[in-house]
Amino acid sequence: MTTTASQKLTQLRSELRTEEAEIVNDKMIINMGPSHPATHGTVKFLLTLDGETVDDVDITIGYLHRGFEKMAEAGTWQQVLPYTDRLNYVSPLINNVGYVGVVEKLWGVEITPRAKYIRMLISELSRLTDHLTSIAAGALELGGFTPFLYGVEAREALYPLVEELTGARLTTSYTRIGGLAKDIPEGYEAHMEKALQHVEGLVVKVDKLLTKNRIFYDRMMHTGVVTQEDAISTGCTGVMLRCTGVDWDLRKHQPYLAYNELDFDVIVGSRGDNYDRYLCRMEEVGQSIKMIRQIFKQMPGGPINVGDWRVCLPPKDAVYNSIEGMIAHFKLVTEGHQVPPGEAYFAVEGGNGEVGFHIVSQGNGRPYRVKVRPPCFYAMGALKKMIVGHMLADIIPTFDTLNMIGGEVDR
Amino acid sequence: MHLVDNVLLNLVLATLIKFVGFVLVFVMGVATVLTWAERKYSAVLQNRVGPNRANIGNVRAGGLLHMLADPIKMLTKEDFIPNTPNPILFRIAPLLAFVPALLVFAVIPYGPGDNFQVSNTSLGILFIFAIGSLNVYGSVIGAWASNNKWSLIGGLRISAQMISYEVAIGLSLCGIFMIYGSVDLQDIARQQGSLILGFIPAWGIVLQPVAFILYMACAIAENKRAPFDVGEAEAELTAGWWTEYSAMGFAVFALSEFIEIILIGCVGTTLFLGGWTIPFLHGDAWWIVVLEVGGFLLKTLFLIWLQMTIRWTLPRFRYDQIMRLGWRIMLPIALLNLVVTGIVLTFIERA
Repeated sequence: MTTTASQKLTQLRSELRTEEAEIVNDKMIINMGPSHPATHGTVKFLLTLDGETVDDVDITIGYLHRGFEKMAEAGTWQQVLPYTDRLNYVSPLINNVGYVGVVEKLWGVEITPRAKYIRMLISELSRLTDHLTSIAAGALELGGFTPFLYGVEAREALYPLVEELTGARLTTSYTRIGGLAKDIPEGYEAHMEKALQHVEGLVVKVDKLLTKNRIFYDRMMHTGVVTQEDAISTGCTGVMLRCTGVDWDLRKHQPYLAYNELDFDVIVGSRGDNYDRYLCRMEEVGQSIKMIRQIFKQMPGGPINVGDWRVCLPPKDAVYNSIEGMIAHFKLVTEGHQVPPGEAYFAVEGGNGEVGFHIVSQGNGRPYRVKVRPPCFYAMGALKKMIVGHMLADIIPTFDTLNMIGGEVDR
Repeated sequence: MHLVDNVLLNLVLATLIKFVGFVLVFVMGVATVLTWAERKYSAVLQNRVGPNRANIGNVRAGGLLHMLADPIKMLTKEDFIPNTPNPILFRIAPLLAFVPALLVFAVIPYGPGDNFQVSNTSLGILFIFAIGSLNVYGSVIGAWASNNKWSLIGGLRISAQMISYEVAIGLSLCGIFMIYGSVDLQDIARQQGSLILGFIPAWGIVLQPVAFILYMACAIAENKRAPFDVGEAEAELTAGWWTEYSAMGFAVFALSEFIEIILIGCVGTTLFLGGWTIPFLHGDAWWIVVLEVGGFLLKTLFLIWLQMTIRWTLPRFRYDQIMRLGWRIMLPIALLNLVVTGIVLTFIERA
């Protein structure tokens, strides 16, 4: 009697144990995005979660595809420019500079020194807005709403300057092949200085709220680590590459425009984690502010457009009052720039890294092919390794300091 | 028999009046104002204007009318229920969070004597812990019944977090009980009215500064507000455990969060800031009593302000960091605080 009872008990116990063993290790598959607060710029993470740990992730991009490269083949060379505003929509002016730069390279056009300086000015202005947005959004996603609004306020202090220069906040389309749409307005330097001082004050506030904040430090330090080999092999550039300790900045190492005449430092990290990327961006904000001041100091006078009417539109005076001007204007607008056949690649240092344009011309006034090399696209390749094996919450700062811009990745 | 009935009736009536006065008017009133104050205060911190659009005619009253506009909006919105197998649980979850939060105000002493306490039970703080910890059911059941994976993750995080900090918060307060030799809140408050060495008020924060810091940190974690809001974590879990709640269900959850802010303020005031007592001021005159009740409210408002400032300054922890903080830092410090308090008390008694 007793033996059967104890046997039954043992049997029951073993059954219970097996049931327990079957319950555990159930992995959760969950969709993060494309419509999710963290996946701004629309990207989808198909996560396999083991508790809070990310076991596997399938990253899908392409939700913001608009066919930029195909659209570019439909218009004249100059008509491609407005599309480039929508690539990295946080720093559209850099895209403008990059696109006209490649056309000028293929054509062999040398722009005026003043145009070079203004193009550097708008590049650095855009880099400021780009970095400030990235830092601010990073704070927001870690729950720091106050530093976010300080960062956005700093960005909003700079957007009126973009507006003053180009007439738009985002759809700038400021550059022209062979020059610029217009010269910088009266009193621009004073406005810029006022805005820069405002920005500097706010950056100090953000720095005080975040950099030495223990919670922020713990969230960012040693999370989202990208190794130097991974960064190089996936083709990361910009902050993503520099945070791993690679000293590589196109402005310094392949100087374009007149960057070799400016005095600035390349900010390099060492660990390749989120905290390094955050610090790199904070430092680069300071460098950009320094460079803008230098640019104003060294800004040469003279025209902003090259004098050749085959490259730049003739002045309105000539268009209305001379037959040559009229014809040049008409031909340039209707037939487009007569860029010689061939192909060229030109890259500028954008907010996130190397923004490259590869163009092919057949000499008929229209692009045969325009290929964009967006920095984020290659950075996204390194993302999976950075988040697998870490916690769910680590995806957020990692994805943010990577600073994916949907318009640029998906084109 | 008649007499007994009368006494009972009087007791019930008095309790009802006190309940209406303190809980419905004071707590609900402050909670409603907090819905506006929180947004306005964060706006001030962030160089914004804050809510200012609700108006009647041309009267905007600095956005104060939002307190009226919000309930109207919440009541008239569609009350969405997700496709869940537990619609009843989904419905009662907000109440499970709301009712315990209100109940605990029954034992808070707002002023000297029974007149200023809805129920003078000698259990005091134990009652607060017992009822207050029921709060977790509201969030967890709400998260479970939402039938949403993000809610589920949020609910799991919350349950682990709240239970962990329950331990630390309980231990952090034990020092107070040892010093005042009581768990009766009225008694603790009265003892804090005395002076040490003739000039230092014997407030809990003076005698137990470490416990005060622990209490504030754990209490904010209990209330799941930033920097401890991993259950909500709007960046990663959309809105965590209350993702699926809309209209009044959401409002009740939000309101119970505000009520808990007041509760943390009230308990913190009673245990650490001298309760209703005012140093160097004793007596039964009516104006002293008014001052004392007013002092209690002021101290509570100060702690509410402190919580809001923390909320809008710090970023969010990661879930595992919260657990580590709770078990490896808060709990040992609370225990150490307890041991040191015990040793010091023993020496004082011997001397």
